[in-house]
Amino acid sequence: MIDFEPFFLSFKLAALTSLILFFISLPLAWYLSQTRSKVKPFIEALSALPIVLPPSVLGFYILFALSYNSPIGAFFEDTFNIKLVFSFTGLVIASCFYSLPFMLQPLQNGFESLNKNMLEASYIAGKSTLSTIFQVALPNMKPALLTALIVTFAHTVGEFGVVLMVGGSIPGETKVASVAIYEMVEIMDYKAAHIYSAMMILISFGVLLSVYIFNARHNKRFGL
Amino acid sequence: MIEIQIDKKLYGANGEMQLSVDLQIQEGSFIALSGKSGSGKTTLLRVLAGLEEAKGTINVSGDLWMDKTTSLPIQKRELGFVFQDYALFENMSVEQNLLFVSKDKPLVEKLLKMTELYELKDRYPNSLSGGQKQRVSICRAFMKKPKILLLDEPLSALDVTMRHKLQKEILLLHKEFQTTTIMVSHDPSEIYKLASRVLILDNGTLTEDGSPKEVLLKTQGSQKFSFSGELLEIKKVDVIYIAVVAIAQQIVEVVVSHQEVQNLEIGAEVVLSTKAFTPSIMMA
Repeated sequence: MIDFEPFFLSFKLAALTSLILFFISLPLAWYLSQTRSKVKPFIEALSALPIVLPPSVLGFYILFALSYNSPIGAFFEDTFNIKLVFSFTGLVIASCFYSLPFMLQPLQNGFESLNKNMLEASYIAGKSTLSTIFQVALPNMKPALLTALIVTFAHTVGEFGVVLMVGGSIPGETKVASVAIYEMVEIMDYKAAHIYSAMMILISFGVLLSVYIFNARHNKRFGL
Repeated sequence: MIEIQIDKKLYGANGEMQLSVDLQIQEGSFIALSGKSGSGKTTLLRVLAGLEEAKGTINVSGDLWMDKTTSLPIQKRELGFVFQDYALFENMSVEQNLLFVSKDKPLVEKLLKMTELYELKDRYPNSLSGGQKQRVSICRAFMKKPKILLLDEPLSALDVTMRHKLQKEILLLHKEFQTTTIMVSHDPSEIYKLASRVLILDNGTLTEDGSPKEVLLKTQGSQKFSFSGELLEIKKVDVIYIAVVAIAQQIVEVVVSHQEVQNLEIGAEVVLSTKAFTPSIMMA
């Protein structure tokens, strides 16, 4: 009998991470798209680090920062009685760092590709920055929005190194699909590993395909 | 009275430049703003709209929009702005584009009917022609019942027929709503038809200010008509010279004398004019 719990855990983690990252990235992406400040490249470089760093490096520092030996970890455990390492909460925090560029960059590109005059027309129409973002900017960059959400979700489902380092493999808590597959291969349960891996490929392909189909239709409708 | 006094350093294609404008405008007048590209026309409009910062004061009939210490936010300035590229909200229908500015349905209906757009009110911008889009954009600018209407080369991307049609509509709306209108334009006939006053901006400063007649009709002497154009080529044919000049959309050839050739330079802007009998060509 196949245990689907690791899959549910993966999707729960991915959904939560995408949601949190959306609200963190939205103001940051807007700021980066509008600013002419000299700090912009520094923020961009910093936020893109998770793309190039080995997951083990990221995992190591996050583990270090969240453990009871660090002020952050100690504060959370003493004040809220929340253990940040080897727990689901820790996984969500780690995933937010790991997947940040995958949310931030499409959103920033989306904002930057908008016609600046259109945004200015909204200000002239008397609208605040917030209503301009939600009523004018976001509705006019649906492909970028969808790409950001889906790619962040898919990327979080696909993460392995950081999850393993920060979360370990506690069934029902931190044992996500990618970790489960790793363990199956380790104990040479190839049949289960095949089933899990095939499911991962199918789901990922389906998700990506729907994004590209949506974007193609959207571009066609707007004559791009 | 609208009083504008603006100073701003610009970094244009020709290096650093000082935009320095001191201007008083009668309410309800129609001003045409003209000048070479990079002379600061668009920046002047953007400073008026609050889209760019500058030093100075803007006083619109007693409402202080900008002075040394304060600058009224864009949202609070009673103005309409029409961009050359329309800048419509692509995610909204024609009617929604107008309602987004103000929920004044009767005004939407009035504007759309005046500009013959009422049948298109449920269409989205991507299914409209350039001329229709610009009319929507002009209507949208009037939704705020603006004290000042700023138009940044609104018609330059449109064909001649559409341009004439929209010129009439702009004038109609300008009169109906009694706005003060400032329009960037390079088209002398357009300026002549619409504006009561012309300002020429050159390198950040106003070099000419007057009625369209005074500023545009610059024929000296007794020419019957004159056109400015670009001298493309001078060909020597047997004993005479033929100058090829591009005037508007046309290429014309004129015979020039050996003496005239000495004073001409290929690529230069020239004035081609004629008196009753003798055509002449000279450097502008």
